[in-house]
Amino acid sequence: MSNGQDTKSFFLDDEEIPFEEGQTIIQAALTAGKYIPHLCYHPEFKPHGSCKLCTVRIDSRTITTEDGQTVKIPGRAAASCTTPAQAEQHVESNTPELLDLRRTLVQMLLVEGNHFCPSCEKSGKCMLQGLAYDLGVMSPHFPQYFSKREVDATHPDVLLDFNRCILCELCVRASAEVDKKNVFSLSGRGNTKHLICNSESGKLGDTNLAATDKAANVCPVGVILHKRHGFEVPYGQRRFDTAPISDNPVQYAPVKEQV
Amino acid sequence: MNASTSAPKRKLKVATTSLAGCFGCHMSFLDIDERILDLIELIEFDRSPLTDIKHCSTDCDIGIIEGGVCNAENVHVLHEFRKNCKILIAIGACSINGGLPAQRNSLDIRDILAAVYAQPGRGVHIPNDPEIPLLLNEVHPLHEVVKIDYFLPGCPPSGDAIWKFLTDLLAGRTPSLGHGLIHFD
Repeated sequence: MSNGQDTKSFFLDDEEIPFEEGQTIIQAALTAGKYIPHLCYHPEFKPHGSCKLCTVRIDSRTITTEDGQTVKIPGRAAASCTTPAQAEQHVESNTPELLDLRRTLVQMLLVEGNHFCPSCEKSGKCMLQGLAYDLGVMSPHFPQYFSKREVDATHPDVLLDFNRCILCELCVRASAEVDKKNVFSLSGRGNTKHLICNSESGKLGDTNLAATDKAANVCPVGVILHKRHGFEVPYGQRRFDTAPISDNPVQYAPVKEQV
Repeated sequence: MNASTSAPKRKLKVATTSLAGCFGCHMSFLDIDERILDLIELIEFDRSPLTDIKHCSTDCDIGIIEGGVCNAENVHVLHEFRKNCKILIAIGACSINGGLPAQRNSLDIRDILAAVYAQPGRGVHIPNDPEIPLLLNEVHPLHEVVKIDYFLPGCPPSGDAIWKFLTDLLAGRTPSLGHGLIHFD
């Protein structure tokens, strides 16, 4: 936030949010401490716009019809991670309609993969789970896919459990943009789309991934796990045991040097 | 809870059962501790492991079911509950997405039975007595078999979550758990 006269602002759920030129809606919102649900957005990487959790409505209008009725014309829906903030924009995020849509998106992700939280070591700090808690997802609603997916334990320090992949590409982007290693890619289309390792054998053990790489530490769900560190934090003290995911938006705010 | 404000009200009949579950949700239900005395002012138990009644009365108000559906008997019991209970609640992870038992879904049922019963030193016969319920190829969540009215996630849901859920429901509110009570593990 600059304090010059050129500070611009838009409105998020009727609250004024300042932004700097070039910031996206979600960047400005998170910087201001306003949480917009998201999964594939990460402040350090190029926005991806694929999970659609951060969808907002922009510039809804209210009109009065000839017979005096007030009708709300919904504004356009846009992913707030790829939409630049503009001055005087009116952005809606925390509405029953959008929360319903987000709940449905989370439910579809939950049935598409094999998300068995009780046996997952990411449980309690998993973004998908945290979002589901926050959105009040009580059931998967849809029939389970029970997709058949493999695990890859060939790497000495890092384990891959593809059962939980949500195709957010955070590891793909981290490996390409930060680590400059290109360890991960997505392969296939539509229903068969899946995460792969870029090695001749297709195994993680044959890539040059290191446990300290950004890509090994960015998975929002329980796919990329560090061996010998499972269940280190006891039940009751894990991240989403203590506070809901929406409680700490600044954590997801853009890092300084990249704004 | 306003337990005594409308005393002459009929007690609601509650049936419970565990299908492909571990009875952990029932144990957690008992974790409501002395609050069960308040609860019993409002409900009476029908078919349940707590009463050992074997079949549902035809006029149950609430059916609480833990565990998914893994064999033919589970399907029959679930249908009996749906037929006799006005409201069905799926309680716990297994009833909601199959839970840990459903992790066998990626394996062939013949391979599983062979691995368990037909290994050297464990005999060679896969049990096939007609009294043993036939296993299904896959473990299913309850809502894939019958209509489920409410879902209470957790493995198990805590006693507090069960208490909040039931008291909301008994008071005529849509159950709402909120942070700390809603858990998938």
